[in-house]
Amino acid sequence: MSGIGTGYDLYPTTFSPDGRIFQVEYAHKAVENSSTAIGLCCKDGVVFGVEKIILSKMLVEGTNRRVFSVGEHIGIATAGLTADGRRIVQNARQEAKNYENFTSDIIPIHVLTERLSIYVQVFTLYNYIRPFGCSLMIGSYDEEKGPSLYCIEPDSVALGFYGCAIGKGKQEAKTEISKLKLSEMTCKDAVKEIAKILIKTVHDETKEKEMELEMSWICKETKGKHKLVPKKLIEEAVEWVKGQENEED
Amino acid sequence: MFDLEKDFLYDLSKEVKTGTTVMAVTFENGVIIAADSRTSSGSYAVNRVTDKLTPVQDQIYCLRSGSAADTQIISSYVSYYTNMFSIEEGSQPTVKKAAHMFREFLYQNKQYLHAAIICAGWDPIEGGSVYSLPLGGSIVKQPFATGGSGSTYLYGYCDMNFKENMTEEEAEKFVTYGITEAIARDGGSGGIVRKAIIDKNGVRRKTVYGNKLKKFWEK
Repeated sequence: MSGIGTGYDLYPTTFSPDGRIFQVEYAHKAVENSSTAIGLCCKDGVVFGVEKIILSKMLVEGTNRRVFSVGEHIGIATAGLTADGRRIVQNARQEAKNYENFTSDIIPIHVLTERLSIYVQVFTLYNYIRPFGCSLMIGSYDEEKGPSLYCIEPDSVALGFYGCAIGKGKQEAKTEISKLKLSEMTCKDAVKEIAKILIKTVHDETKEKEMELEMSWICKETKGKHKLVPKKLIEEAVEWVKGQENEED
Repeated sequence: MFDLEKDFLYDLSKEVKTGTTVMAVTFENGVIIAADSRTSSGSYAVNRVTDKLTPVQDQIYCLRSGSAADTQIISSYVSYYTNMFSIEEGSQPTVKKAAHMFREFLYQNKQYLHAAIICAGWDPIEGGSVYSLPLGGSIVKQPFATGGSGSTYLYGYCDMNFKENMTEEEAEKFVTYGITEAIARDGGSGGIVRKAIIDKNGVRRKTVYGNKLKKFWEK
């Protein structure tokens, strides 16, 4: 079987003649196979939403988490190979704890992001370990600095965003996000908008099985702590989305 | 008779200690730190013009007492790490951060060290702060702190004369007289009084030479 990268795509230690590292690009493909995750910076916080495909009715809801806490004040949402994501989160938790032990201050989000970036980059250097097959969105909220959202991809590039989407439906999601006025939106509104994008735009009911919404936020209301959005709010958001559908019909 | 343990081994380990007096006090605009200038090895004054006011960052200083070697190496470690962290974070390190780094080093290596440090400075978040880090590696934030062998003679003086939010003049007098008194009474302290005033504008260093030290009730 020959593809685009044939011959230059065996190890991350080989550049192709046009300057690409194919193994890292293939890692991106692993992320694009996974279901979508969205992160939005609102005026009073950061909200994450993940579209979780329910593979079996035997699975308990709320398990198989895709959003994680690092310290109390930082949240991470993953897309791609979940196990890879958990590995990076474990490293993030250790960095945060070491920082706190040494300096008695909580780790600033841009410091954590840079350290995770460096960590992820190491795995693109050698032929005996593979790159991580997952993208992460890292978010935090601070009274003085306001909301922050960063996204780290498998090639270790970390960029700051106002709104970001990763996974299968990221293109459609990004188009919808760009239509929103994020600087005027509250977190409660963002919960509804994310639910709308994930349920209506990104999730294809005919092709895929049922989905479960996993949402979390770090905002003024949670006093800067990363918490799961209360179930009631998610249910209200889903109802609101259904209401919108009926209006349009 | 030559006793291996008594005469040879213990002599080698007679390290250079700073029999010392150091003081740090917060005032309305920042902190003032002061120290004597004697470093002794037994009864020999190795250095009679020592500078015990050691910069850790631009506006964070530490006052060292105990083993000179131990305190010098730890303050250079903390200086290095605060530099690295401030580059990573893109902002000036706080006195709290530097003081807690001192604590990590002092506590984790407490078996090997004989070092007590006062970390004082100014940062935009807390203003002036003084942290005392005594022998075991504990940390406590205080409005003023004293350290070294000469500090025993100053407990009464400080308790009676300290006031919150002193002016710069009052605070300068407070530390100068304190160190002067300790130099007069403590054999391990002597020489000149070195002072530094740390506030939002930076650091101003001053020295009071031996002949200018106030004599209290003596003629």
